[in-house]
Amino acid sequence: MKKALIILTVLFVFVLSSIAMADLLGAGATFPYPLYSKMFKVYYSDFGVKVNYQAIGSGGGIRQIKAKTVDFGASDAYLSDEAMKEFSAPVIHIPTCAGAVTLAYNLPGNPALKLTPELISDIFLGKIKKWNDPRIAKVNPDVKLPNMKIIVGHRSDGSGTTFIFSDYLSKVSREWKEKVGRGKSLKWPVGLGGKGNPGVAGIIKQTPGAIGYIELAYAIQNKIPTAAIQNKSGNFIKPSIESVSLAADTELPDDMRVSLTNTDAKRGYPISGFTWIIVYKNLKDGNLTKEKAEQLVKLLWWMTHTAQKLAKPLDYAPLSEKARQKTEKIIKSINYEGVLLLK
Amino acid sequence: MKSDKIFKGLLYAAGLFMALLVFFAFLSLVQKSMSSIKAFGFNFLINPDWNPPLRKFGALAFFVGTLLTSILALLISIPFSIAISLFLGEYYRNNFFGKILDYTTDLLAGIPSVIYGLWGLFFMVPIVRKIELLVGVPPYGVGIFTASLILTIMIIPYTSSIGREVIRLVPKDLKEAAYSLGATQFEVVKKVILPYAKSGIFAGILLSFGRALGETMAVTMVIGNSNYLPSDVFAPANTMASVIANEFAEATDALHLSSLIELALFLFVISFVINYFGNIVIKRFRVNG
Repeated sequence: MKKALIILTVLFVFVLSSIAMADLLGAGATFPYPLYSKMFKVYYSDFGVKVNYQAIGSGGGIRQIKAKTVDFGASDAYLSDEAMKEFSAPVIHIPTCAGAVTLAYNLPGNPALKLTPELISDIFLGKIKKWNDPRIAKVNPDVKLPNMKIIVGHRSDGSGTTFIFSDYLSKVSREWKEKVGRGKSLKWPVGLGGKGNPGVAGIIKQTPGAIGYIELAYAIQNKIPTAAIQNKSGNFIKPSIESVSLAADTELPDDMRVSLTNTDAKRGYPISGFTWIIVYKNLKDGNLTKEKAEQLVKLLWWMTHTAQKLAKPLDYAPLSEKARQKTEKIIKSINYEGVLLLK
Repeated sequence: MKSDKIFKGLLYAAGLFMALLVFFAFLSLVQKSMSSIKAFGFNFLINPDWNPPLRKFGALAFFVGTLLTSILALLISIPFSIAISLFLGEYYRNNFFGKILDYTTDLLAGIPSVIYGLWGLFFMVPIVRKIELLVGVPPYGVGIFTASLILTIMIIPYTSSIGREVIRLVPKDLKEAAYSLGATQFEVVKKVILPYAKSGIFAGILLSFGRALGETMAVTMVIGNSNYLPSDVFAPANTMASVIANEFAEATDALHLSSLIELALFLFVISFVINYFGNIVIKRFRVNG
């Protein structure tokens, strides 16, 4: 009995101290988690400031920053104007890196496929049912397409990847916008749902004739063949770290709440998007102390500058030059009761 | 005397605590699903349309998916689990082979459900796809049938281990009396053991039904996660627990979140009702003696 009590006390103290030792607390998106945990590890060894990040999902991150239980939230989708109104004080978005959604498929011989926006939306609407459809053949004259049923794979869990993909389809197809719309969870017209990137990749690998969307980093790491997609300028772009960074090489709004899908950038991959960190503009509103506020701003500056070099080895696209310039202005606007924290 | 009282008090407190826990869980589910209940009312239960971007939520498709997978799994599992119970409880109680089987069925209950899910995805799905090609339905491989098969394997240890215990509890003098009247072993099983143990066996089946209703990870990996009413047992579908697990973490819209919690409330009520009626049946089956 006594022994158990002692063990419990030790555990309790251990848990408490691990919370107390973390200088900054964040929660949210799972998509950038590998990058963030690498960044925070390096930051701790370089500056001795510990950042505790809980990858509980964008929805949870937004709820927690709204409730002010964390110092910063992280989300794969920017807040809508209505969602911003639910906060007690103004919040700002800081993009940290970009990711992309790729289309992977399972066809005999793994040919290199090209797809147009119309083909993608009609496949996912269930209107193109066979791989040897003349419309697919027209775009891929060199590929011998089999007479096979197309089986669509999609994410079953709510996810930023689905949001970016459906945001793209809503922009390029009026029918998609009206019938399905965009969101993290959808009512899919056709197809099978898999949980997470591994779930969708599993459906694609196992089902001959399958096509599905998966995150770029996952596709690169698992060497899954992906389609080149025609962008707004008419160029067929293969998804890669470079073409995703290039997608942000365009006019961007000052608050950086922007979707990169269907980008104007000539060499940009059309299904890309930022991931953001969300903080209160006046950090006092987020219940931070002055010291913590200064630390947080320093961290954000470091993440969007020095730490950008950590992105590429982990298959995330670093911020483009234009994106970084806008982001600098946003970080400089962060204040503590009106006093700017960075000069 | 005094320590007796303290012990009794502790037991009461623990019991009361459990009851309160369940009650407050129910209360907070009701409270958090209020905005969904207000928005959709009874329609929530009979509407098969679940469309987050349009903010339309109905539970029927998932309700049907949950019941179909659970009942199908139960039906497939019953003959196997009763056979295992009899084998372990009566025929091979103490020999080496019986002990190995005993140990392995218990081990089945301890495997994490995500392992079942992965195993289902990589082993069962290709087999089911072949069956589907033979039957002539679309060869998805995933769907209600695959989910039911996985659930069957997951619930067999629950039913069979409880069945085994109650069969071992059948009084020896009853069995010996039957043997002395010239009954064969099969007749003893049929006329003495099964009637005596049926209430316990039923309790085991009920427990595993509850487990099948609430199973999440393994099901979500092999059911195909399609938010439509299933057209046949091979069709992809979705269950209530699976939808909650899939969509909860990223549900930013308040009504979406509230509807997911109402799904949980619905699942809670179904489990409660099944347990309640199960208890009535168990009491009716019970052999006095």
